[in-house]
Amino acid sequence: MIAGAPPAVRLCHLYPREMNIYADRGNIAVLARRLAWRGFRLEVTEAGPGVKIRGGEADIYYLGGGQDRDQQQVAQDLLATKASAVKAAVGDGAVGLFVCGGYQLAGREYRSADGEVMEGMGVLDVTTEAGASRLVGNVEIESRLGGEAIRIVGYENHAGRSKLGPEASPLGRVIRGHGNNGRDRTEGAFAQKFFGTYLHGPLLPKNPQLADILIRWALEFRYGERFELEPLDDQIEESARRAAISLSKRGRRTRKPRPISRS
Amino acid sequence: MIAVGRVVGRVAESVAVSTSRLSRRLRLGGGTSIGGAVLNRLEPSGMERLAAGIQQGCVVISGTNGKTTTARMLRACLQADGRRVTANAAGANLASGVSAALLEASRAKSSGVAELGVFEVDEAALDKVTKRLRPRLVLLMNLFRDQLDRYGELEVLAERWKKLIDSLPEGTTLLLNADDPALAHLGGDRPNTFFYGLGDSDEPDRQLSHAADTLRCRGCGEKLSHDFVTVGHLGGWRCESCGLMRPEPHFLGVDMQLRGFEGLSFSVRTPPGHPPETPGHPPETPEQPPETPDIRASLPLGGLHNVYNALAAASASVLLETTEDAIRSGLADVDPAFGRAEQVTLEGRDVRLLLAKNPTGANENVRFVLTEEGPLHLLILLNDRTADGTDPSWIWDVDYEPLLDRLSGLTLGGRRCWELALRFRYGGAPNESFVVRESLPDALETALASTPEGGVLWVLPTYTAMLELRTELVRRGAARAFWETS
Repeated sequence: MIAGAPPAVRLCHLYPREMNIYADRGNIAVLARRLAWRGFRLEVTEAGPGVKIRGGEADIYYLGGGQDRDQQQVAQDLLATKASAVKAAVGDGAVGLFVCGGYQLAGREYRSADGEVMEGMGVLDVTTEAGASRLVGNVEIESRLGGEAIRIVGYENHAGRSKLGPEASPLGRVIRGHGNNGRDRTEGAFAQKFFGTYLHGPLLPKNPQLADILIRWALEFRYGERFELEPLDDQIEESARRAAISLSKRGRRTRKPRPISRS
Repeated sequence: MIAVGRVVGRVAESVAVSTSRLSRRLRLGGGTSIGGAVLNRLEPSGMERLAAGIQQGCVVISGTNGKTTTARMLRACLQADGRRVTANAAGANLASGVSAALLEASRAKSSGVAELGVFEVDEAALDKVTKRLRPRLVLLMNLFRDQLDRYGELEVLAERWKKLIDSLPEGTTLLLNADDPALAHLGGDRPNTFFYGLGDSDEPDRQLSHAADTLRCRGCGEKLSHDFVTVGHLGGWRCESCGLMRPEPHFLGVDMQLRGFEGLSFSVRTPPGHPPETPGHPPETPEQPPETPDIRASLPLGGLHNVYNALAAASASVLLETTEDAIRSGLADVDPAFGRAEQVTLEGRDVRLLLAKNPTGANENVRFVLTEEGPLHLLILLNDRTADGTDPSWIWDVDYEPLLDRLSGLTLGGRRCWELALRFRYGGAPNESFVVRESLPDALETALASTPEGGVLWVLPTYTAMLELRTELVRRGAARAFWETS
């Protein structure tokens, strides 16, 4: 730490130029501001193609979504130059957020429509297969990521159908929308402090509770002590959430969710 | 059979025409599409039949941004050349809108029968509509990231366009934007293919923004380099890896002078032999240095994106054997398409509308607004209906930040006004620096009140927000109904 500078959380942004199709920079902006409002800094390192990363250099790893062709090219480079460091980081307790295409790449594999298999990092026990149609629309899910139940809202747009293996838990249960595959009412996946999701919009601006969970985890990982975050004035966030929820109600409605504790 | 077909066609037409009149009378809308939809339903080959009746053939224009404005410009040039043109003027650019325009034209008195059709066509509807219209000229302008919820990824659209181009008869002239790496090479070595592009931009500070989407070479997949960037990912591009590069434009836009909202001037450097001596025969060696003098054009629309639109319209005009004088006077007289740099006066304020529904368009608008001096008053409206794109996340790819220091009034409205508020909050604007109004009339009223009398209020709406705003402006007596503008 530089003397006098406020304490910082280090974020490693994987492929910010290639994987940014759903306004991923909005997620980074939310982490940066919500840290700044509490007197911390966010230090962002960008790791593009060919850049080898080493373990222990970041507290948060972020990978967004990309177009198919970008995703294919990134997949090979990811395995060659970054996957081992990211895998080691999960074991150490670092935080990971993987959105859309990034979620698929964090999984074990992606099988395309013509049967071609693209290997992923395998940091989440998830496999994805290309579907015939895209699952598109507003989504609302219920999650217990930070212990208590929270509602997460966003927008999904993906052709991949993801299935969770035994080592991953769903990020949440779908209340409205499609989720991982449009069938089992799960959405996203997490293991330790790494998680993947199809929700964008971007994800964090309308989900400040989720953003704060990530921030708390990252601070605790960095400084090895418990953190209580000061609450912020989230009235605008709440209004945007309300609007998004009322929109998701007009979209596809899945069956009534069971209480999450019984699942 | 033929007689039966003709009767079916006539019946289908009259039902269709009555429907659109009824729609207008009941104030359900402008009736700009519904008649066409009825025709397409009752007589599936109606569009082919009506298009075949247009003597000099049809022109199809597509692209993410600028197609409405460019179609207007082209029509103005052709009309200045004395040709009778039918067009889907109100931006009704799906198959129904095209059929509706053809229907309208077929009903005209014999003295007013259209000789040429100019149709802007939605990117995703392009293949279907083109196959039915059998146009003599296809103009493809650009492919930007837009409405991912509806069109899927850019690549998917580009592939569909490529298939369409492969299926075009050789006689169809193809006019492509050389500066867009997403589409410049979709024609391959196809004959009868022409390119337009800009000379070096006179704005050296333009960098590829993070919203630039086609950064990879369509040939080999490697990253592209740019010698200069104009709008979004457009510019002088090349691939260091496989050598693919911007094709040499047959129509080069040079000597640009941008004068903000007042308008712009530029020159078109045309290929030798154009306007051609023998109609329909492109010059054999268009690569030669131009022999014809440049066409100098001035128009009352501003912004670098409008140089592209005007250059595309001028290039198409040349290929359609329009005189240079007609091109000059057509462009000089063009007025903005509805909602695109439209200007109305309301309560002593100068209200200026700049439509945008994707990051590239919105970034151009922000840049455009910033060229004005003094404090800025803005109303930004974000809707998420189908025509806007139901996924509002694109606003996070717009660089609104340079506005923050210049704002003295910011009102946010539309169905997703709170998303805009979050965008500005996390972009660094304090909560008290903007006002959020869920209802559109409230938003307009608030924005007007925060703009001094005699001042300029810039309105940046998405597509359906623009329609709603126009309705409100009409109600307040500030603008005509959009289907009355031509």
